[in-house]
Amino acid sequence: MSEYKGEIRKMMIILSKASIENVYAAFVLANGARMEGIEAEMFFTFFGLEALHNKKLDHLHVATVGNPAMHMPTMIGGLPGMEAFATSMMKKEMEKLDMPEVREFLDILKASGVKLWACKLAMEMFHYTKEDMYVDLDGVLTVGDFYKQAEGLGTHMLFI
Amino acid sequence: MEKIIAQKTVQVNEEGYLTNFAEWNKEIGEEIAKENNIVLSPKHWEVINYVQNEFKNEVPLTIRKIGKSGVVDIKEFYALFPVGPLKTATKIAGIPKPAGCI
Repeated sequence: MSEYKGEIRKMMIILSKASIENVYAAFVLANGARMEGIEAEMFFTFFGLEALHNKKLDHLHVATVGNPAMHMPTMIGGLPGMEAFATSMMKKEMEKLDMPEVREFLDILKASGVKLWACKLAMEMFHYTKEDMYVDLDGVLTVGDFYKQAEGLGTHMLFI
Repeated sequence: MEKIIAQKTVQVNEEGYLTNFAEWNKEIGEEIAKENNIVLSPKHWEVINYVQNEFKNEVPLTIRKIGKSGVVDIKEFYALFPVGPLKTATKIAGIPKPAGCI
């Protein structure tokens, strides 16, 4: 821990899921880093890409199935409308805490200097193009490119 | 603990934030800004006045609120206070560090 006395200089946050609780966790961590004077970059891969996809990012949901912390039997969580209900409940609570919607949060992250990268492999797998994605996306990167971005002392990497 | 800033003895916490806003004055603000490598421009002062007013009105500060303040947008805010903008601005303003996560 001799490098910068273990101080964190840069956070590389990989988002691989698009259920709203995971997306917000990643966004809050990226924003929180910038607020502390730490650099932050995000890499959106696999389903995480939905948080960048123009037609999808405004309609992300809470996962009500396979989420034990919802304290809801899986059968009930799977009923029609359950995800929408849980999502609107959660959004109401988040609004009270002054949490922005996904698109506004992306705008805040960009304005704060967070770099947003989409994973090339996942983009190809889902047949997405850069034009399908959030307008201020910094680019589409390979894993190797992303590691290159992470270079330097005091960089930490986080997978969500 | 006590600290002398701009020839005035004030109470600060372990992170250097003033614990009593009544002890703050502009010279103290300028001195803390200098410690953070910031030379205060009129725009900085607009932001400092804004955060002080929000504090007086007991409104919790968030980055989103700063962006909607009409005083600065978020990009400008980071340009004015590059390293940890809300932490630095509140420290210069003599008010507590915001306790929230956003």
